[in-house]
Amino acid sequence: MMITYWLNGKKSSADIEPGMMLYDFLRSQGCYSVKCGCETTNCGLCTVWVNDVPVLSCAVLAVRIDGCQVTTLEGLQEDAKEFAYYMGLQGADQCGFCNPGFVMNVLAMVRRFDSPTEDDIKEFLSGNLCRCTGYMSHMRAIKEYFKAKGKEVRS
Amino acid sequence: MMEFKSINKVVAKKDSQALVTGQPVYTEDIMPKDCLIVKVLRSPHARAIVKKVNKSAAEKIPGIVCIVTADDVPKSRFTIAGQTYPEPSPYDRLILDKQIRFVGDAVALVAGTNQAAVDKALRAIRVEYEVQEPLLDFTKALDNDIVVHPEDDWKPLVDVGGDNKRNLVAKACDRHGDIDAVLASSDVVIDRTYHTRQNQQAAMETFRAYAYKDAFGRLTIVSSTQVPFHVRRVVSHALEISKSKVRVIKPRIGGGFGSKQTVVMEVYPAFIAWLTGKPAYMVYSREESLTVSTPRHESQIRVVLGASKDGHIRGILLDSLWNAGAYGEHTPTTVTLSGHKSIPLYNAAEAFQFSYTCVYTNTIAAGAYRGYGATQGLFALETAVNELAEALHMSPVELRFKNMVRQNQVLPAYFNETALSCTLDKCLERVVSMSGWDDASPRKVLPNGHIQSVGLAIAMQGSSVSNVDVASVTIKVNDDGFYTLHIGATDMGTGCDTILAQIAAECLMCSVDDIVTDGVDTDTSPYDSGSYASSTTYLTGNAVVKTCESLIRRMKELAAVKLGLSDTDLDDLEFDGKAITCLQNGKSITVRDLGNGAMFMNGIALEATESSYSPTSPPPYMAGAATIDVDPETGHIALLKYDAVIDCGTVINPSLARVQAEGGIVQAIGMALTENVQYTPTGRLQNNSFMQYRLPTRLDVGPVNVEFEPSYEPNGPFGAKSIGELVIDSPSPAIAHAVYNATGVWVRDLPITAEKLYQAMKHKNL
Repeated sequence: MMITYWLNGKKSSADIEPGMMLYDFLRSQGCYSVKCGCETTNCGLCTVWVNDVPVLSCAVLAVRIDGCQVTTLEGLQEDAKEFAYYMGLQGADQCGFCNPGFVMNVLAMVRRFDSPTEDDIKEFLSGNLCRCTGYMSHMRAIKEYFKAKGKEVRS
Repeated sequence: MMEFKSINKVVAKKDSQALVTGQPVYTEDIMPKDCLIVKVLRSPHARAIVKKVNKSAAEKIPGIVCIVTADDVPKSRFTIAGQTYPEPSPYDRLILDKQIRFVGDAVALVAGTNQAAVDKALRAIRVEYEVQEPLLDFTKALDNDIVVHPEDDWKPLVDVGGDNKRNLVAKACDRHGDIDAVLASSDVVIDRTYHTRQNQQAAMETFRAYAYKDAFGRLTIVSSTQVPFHVRRVVSHALEISKSKVRVIKPRIGGGFGSKQTVVMEVYPAFIAWLTGKPAYMVYSREESLTVSTPRHESQIRVVLGASKDGHIRGILLDSLWNAGAYGEHTPTTVTLSGHKSIPLYNAAEAFQFSYTCVYTNTIAAGAYRGYGATQGLFALETAVNELAEALHMSPVELRFKNMVRQNQVLPAYFNETALSCTLDKCLERVVSMSGWDDASPRKVLPNGHIQSVGLAIAMQGSSVSNVDVASVTIKVNDDGFYTLHIGATDMGTGCDTILAQIAAECLMCSVDDIVTDGVDTDTSPYDSGSYASSTTYLTGNAVVKTCESLIRRMKELAAVKLGLSDTDLDDLEFDGKAITCLQNGKSITVRDLGNGAMFMNGIALEATESSYSPTSPPPYMAGAATIDVDPETGHIALLKYDAVIDCGTVINPSLARVQAEGGIVQAIGMALTENVQYTPTGRLQNNSFMQYRLPTRLDVGPVNVEFEPSYEPNGPFGAKSIGELVIDSPSPAIAHAVYNATGVWVRDLPITAEKLYQAMKHKNL
């Protein structure tokens, strides 16, 4: 089945199997930032944006991106580098395997909120599991990042 | 406190930019694109004999390259536990065995060119089983008529008291003083039994590895592992090939927590690559990872405490029954920590007895998980001490102050080691004030009817396996004087590459950026037992210090030659990080010129390698306090906050140490409250996905507040001890204590689910 889509801003077409999931398709296109941590849509590791909305790529058929803009972390490198600075200082990156999906949601969040509360942030990121950090360092990094973006996190 | 330049400082992990920006650095990201896909056909029965495997239809499926059964694999038994040779874990596995021992045990391997073909073949294979009654209850396993390992070639390399015909993996007893007399003469004796279940490590990156033959006909395995050198040995044993034929590479790995201290699946793709000559890749699904990897051992621990009326804990009896599951990985060793890393906390005891029995059952084979047995032992002992405080009508804080280990004490329950560094008393003092613990009222009823309460516990662990673990380090001086730090220890996300570079930078008086690190390759990295047993900062850190000393001496030798001072005593040359200067005549050569000079007309190799082992395993300590909210109408427990104060000796990197603590505490909160492992009556795991096996999310935990109360460990690098495992030990007993303070119910069986607490409260008619 032929689809046409924009991947990280670049227009492409592909002939794909109707049953293929977006996760598998994106990795086949070299987007190795996209990770899988479960098969039950629980972990958030495979989060990408379709038309700027975060989705779980393991639960979206690849044919659904026909005519859509798809963004992975490969397409957000400058933003990711900036956020990485704050993650690094907190040691919040740890094993890093959950980072790309988590960062996709953080970058979506910083675009959506100007002055979220900590609870807003936890709610927004509740679908992103992390087994290493215990989440506290994520919050510290996000607060610093929001501050650098001229935004604030209310307690 | 000493002033440091590179340690005791926040330094971002060297790989943090790559990890946060999603670079392709993990096993699956870097594998060759033409790998065969390998999968396992698994038994639906907990105990059975494979009578016949009909693979003819499956073999005809286009894309299928080979299907392997028990008839096709080598016949010598091995262990997949990643431990120093000779491993204490019994050699009780084959790559594929006709005797099935748990639901999910491997029946056949299928390799094909694409996933769809392999999946189709798995469905097309017909297996004839002789189904047998399984042995699922570990309390009935010893000398049961059902024998999990009936084979005659079951082989222990070390005598740990096992006997496979009795379902016995290990058994021993350790005593000090006359426990019977002490208990008989104690004013108050409590006798309690506790139960903890299997827990899943649940690293976000599931198990995966690929293998290929290189240009020299050797087998290379790239694996997400904590123990590359042990993988080399295990694969060589399993495949019956020479160790010289095997090379193991560890790239970045997506978490381990002990799970990747077991060689859970590397032998499968290794065998297929060896057999076919084609590169082979295998990745476990989350369901497979939860069903057939090696979780924490289920335990039943009896604790008897004898005390005088005024609160002197005089005698401690701890008896652990350990469920090995279907195979014995890490069983004989994890169990020892349940006593050896709990009883020494109460060093004022006149007598103790620690005994254990480890048994096989037809459940998932358990293995290594952060805490490694100490976690179960400390849940039992710390809860018993809290119960004793209640029986004595004494504050649990006061009881601990009266009995706890203090610095410079000799520890009879810890191999007579001396506690050279210990600030546990200060940790407890601080956690009491952080948590707002109040002896008079550790609970309050809120206007909505909920009850808020606090509970306390203390904990210890070790730093490396004493007199066993070996850590080696090589440091090289390169062009312009930058250094390469080669280690065999594996950074699994904890940041040890960075921490060890910080230690090297401190010794070499340079910037952390001047030290380059990499992953591990058994062909080129110096030997290390691996990253486990809380060994890396302590033991590999010591090896770094030692190597730097040798390297500086080496650099001075070359400096003497380059400066034309060959007759000069090396002690007259001073190294200041930037240059080496002769104290006699002021002649000097920079490290930069030395590095470049080493590559020109030079006969002195500018590198050094040193190894360390440790005759002691200095314990780090912590005190923790859980504040919870209980809804008495439903039994629901909300973790409002967790306060912890930790003595890990000198803190090498405050950010990374803090995250270790926060992460370990949140894992333990999951263990205490939501992470449940349940089997059906036929032995099938019910909690086989993240839908049923509930890891804490960021909505499930209140703030975790971590503070440090550093001691100085004279045997550690710059006074450091370990932290990675310790932090998982205090939450479950502290939470159980808080639950008691809220409800008057001791829940002695983890996890403390809402249902369990509700039933317990109802039973007590509260």
